[in-house]
Amino acid sequence: MKKVVTYLVAFFVATTVDWGIPHLMPGNPVEIYLSRFNISSNTQYVALQKTISESFGVNVPLWQQYLDFWKGVLHWNFGISFYETAPVTHIIAQAIPYTLALLVPAILLSYFLGNRIGAMAARRKVLDNVVLPIGYVFQAAPYAWLALLLAYVFAVRLRWFPPSLGSNPGIAVGWSWSFILSALHHWVLPFLSVFLVSFGGWSIGMRNLVIYELETDYARYLRSLGASQRLVRRYAYRNAVLPQLSGLALALGVVVGGNIVTEVVFQYPGLGHLIFLAITNEDYFLLQGIFMFIIIGVLLANFVIDIAYVVIDPRTRLSMTGATA
Amino acid sequence: MVTRKTKSVARLGAALTAAALTAPLLSVAGSGAASASRLPFQGNYPRGETLYTSGTAYSQPTNFNPNDPGGGYTGTMGLLYEPLFLYDPIHGGYKPWIATSGKWVGNSYVLQVRNGVDWVQSPSQNVVGTVTGNDVAFSIKLAMSNPSDPWNSNVSGVASVSASGQTVTVNFKGTPAYTEWQDYLWHAPVLPAAQWGAMSATDQMSGANMTPVSTGPMTLDSTSSTQACYQTNPHWWGAQLGLSFHFKYLCDVVNGSNNVELANLTTGQIDWSNNFLPGISVLVNGLGGSSAYGIKTYYPKAPYMLSANTAWLEMNTTKYPMSNVNFRRAVAAAINPQSIVSGVYTNIVKAANPVGLLPNLKSYINPRVVSKYGFSYNPSMAKKYLAMSGYKGQKLTLEVPNGWTDWEAAIQNISNQLNAVGIKVNPIYPQYPVRENDLINGTYDMAIDNNAQPDSTPWSYFQRVYNLPIQKQQNATLNFERFTDQKAWALVQQAGHTPLADTAKLNSLYSQIETRFLQDLPEIPLWYNGAWFQAQSTVWADYPSALNKADQYTPVMWGGWLGAMTTVYALAQIRRA
Repeated sequence: MKKVVTYLVAFFVATTVDWGIPHLMPGNPVEIYLSRFNISSNTQYVALQKTISESFGVNVPLWQQYLDFWKGVLHWNFGISFYETAPVTHIIAQAIPYTLALLVPAILLSYFLGNRIGAMAARRKVLDNVVLPIGYVFQAAPYAWLALLLAYVFAVRLRWFPPSLGSNPGIAVGWSWSFILSALHHWVLPFLSVFLVSFGGWSIGMRNLVIYELETDYARYLRSLGASQRLVRRYAYRNAVLPQLSGLALALGVVVGGNIVTEVVFQYPGLGHLIFLAITNEDYFLLQGIFMFIIIGVLLANFVIDIAYVVIDPRTRLSMTGATA
Repeated sequence: MVTRKTKSVARLGAALTAAALTAPLLSVAGSGAASASRLPFQGNYPRGETLYTSGTAYSQPTNFNPNDPGGGYTGTMGLLYEPLFLYDPIHGGYKPWIATSGKWVGNSYVLQVRNGVDWVQSPSQNVVGTVTGNDVAFSIKLAMSNPSDPWNSNVSGVASVSASGQTVTVNFKGTPAYTEWQDYLWHAPVLPAAQWGAMSATDQMSGANMTPVSTGPMTLDSTSSTQACYQTNPHWWGAQLGLSFHFKYLCDVVNGSNNVELANLTTGQIDWSNNFLPGISVLVNGLGGSSAYGIKTYYPKAPYMLSANTAWLEMNTTKYPMSNVNFRRAVAAAINPQSIVSGVYTNIVKAANPVGLLPNLKSYINPRVVSKYGFSYNPSMAKKYLAMSGYKGQKLTLEVPNGWTDWEAAIQNISNQLNAVGIKVNPIYPQYPVRENDLINGTYDMAIDNNAQPDSTPWSYFQRVYNLPIQKQQNATLNFERFTDQKAWALVQQAGHTPLADTAKLNSLYSQIETRFLQDLPEIPLWYNGAWFQAQSTVWADYPSALNKADQYTPVMWGGWLGAMTTVYALAQIRRA
């Protein structure tokens, strides 16, 4: 019950901040919207300003806009995007599949492979000498630089993969093999750029954690009892994976925020690209809508990790039931 | 135990991965109900039958209404809706389009509407009617009646409109605003009275219009978040002029960043790009002279591009020292536009005439006025003017929108030159909305701007310089420099009310305005931004080009070009490579 109240309060505060932050941006969104059209008549400008302010609901006092926003949230309606002039929920619904398809596999695969390789590196000198420098290079590589490098080598020079978009412009989006193959073809480079950077992070993290765990008192104690090296490593891995799991949950929680840099570099039609457009164009409603998805994603991820910890870590389970470990 | 748990987690991960990979497909299944306003996808567009264009749209296709403030998605004017005339900026003159002729009779303008022009429904391509004088009269009356209409000010002097068969008579109150009416003739769409008359006032101005009834060379076939695809209209009247398209489809792709656009062009994903691509001249010449990328531009060598608008240095003339004419003269003499042309733009643009009028308006520029009052790069003269201005070394800013990389580089160059003569200028790069806010409210020192768009007369250029009165918020794109010159504004208005055929009077008026402009320097024209056009010759050929007279058409899909100038002629020239 206490947890539920905590989550509800967090949701209320985050939603209010979500509404408030775009309003702190300088400039008036209606003026910015109209400035794109090079209007050379004051009469037309004034008429349009009135119509557009009314249609976007920004002609009322701020408190009224705030209440309208909550009404919208409860009805799952975030208004019309200034920039795309389409319903925000519709635009987000179009973008989410691309972001999920890009980031969920990249995060999960990099998590599993990174942890595995990192753990192996922790106990094999030869592998460590290879994984450590490669991991550091990938981890330190800025997404944008890596993405541009991949695009230049594999798209422009070798022409193995297309440099941008979610699928070939000439292929209709639908249940057809041509679209599926095209979407996969376009997915490879953005996927690789996220995967490689994340892989570097996970593997370095896991390597360091396992080395730390292998040097702890319980590991030494186990070894002194004559436990096999294999058993010691299993326990070390199990303990080392806990912080990594928290990291995974957080990474998955913000997955609906997309990866702005990668999506912008590859013009990948996901939520990261949308956030970029929304911020640069002061698109209140689009920004608020996307942030709502992120808020809900983060809260859900935290909720899931709370439960997962209970399942995975017996100490948490015991503390929840009031017992002492 | 650990192993079993890890395996089960791994299996879960694999399942999630698989689910995520198929997520885009799931969205497709659900998109039908969610997007009732969208056309369904109707299949693929074969590469050999499709012209891919880009460089115009920056947001997804959600509107095909030519009255919308944004003018609808690329192709709304030109491919779907058409004006009465087209303007040819390359050779000069107007081409009859939906009208076959138009002439002044006293204070009335009499139009003859073309016969055999069909209204065609998208996407079915069914003919639903024929264009009559009544449609043209309806379109003009609509513009008169609604202040939100983009052409409302162009028809503000119209008293009445009547149609009889294919003849339309437009009667004006008092002396007509000839120039603004002329602009209406080659910009405004002819709308279907039957369909548009049945809409609400809001829909008439900004309804999405996703199943348009139109006259143009193509019909709307499908839309997605990244493109709109058109199909050639078999009922198009263009055969009357011997025009037809040799591609079956045209897909206009939403613009990405410069680097994305460049990659798309070089890899042949798009054929025709109107995006600014830095350093394109290097690729056009081929790396090492090999021309390996197959990229064509309008001119094969410098300046590569036609000129599209004038980039000028805009000073807030209500603030000191920008309010001092000698200070403005000092700034003008301190800048070497040629260094920007070659250093920043690698010669894909041209330095501007001191008056700033585009090359197509050369006949309106008085060379005697320019040679007498014009400015040129002269740092020692700049220092003299600066001394006369009383400038005391105040720190000033020069701003351009963040991310406009060519302008960012240009103001670094300009700031260095200004600092070299003793004007302390700091280049700043605020986000676009912040910069717009600065211009609208007059809270800036200096900025680079290009708000006068191409026109067939100098009128709109000087309107943007001299429009009065100045308001607290200069919302419309007029007189952002906040310069007050009642005499010049009166001359601009007089020019607007002078018949275009009276060239002697117009030249006299514009000479007077040019004189005042060069003496006062309310704006400092620096260079002509290009009508960016790059084409990939892998799939299609015979693009617009200065080399061949038959290909000398405007190579631009932007609003105000396609469906106003000769871009449709250019499209009709394109053949398979």
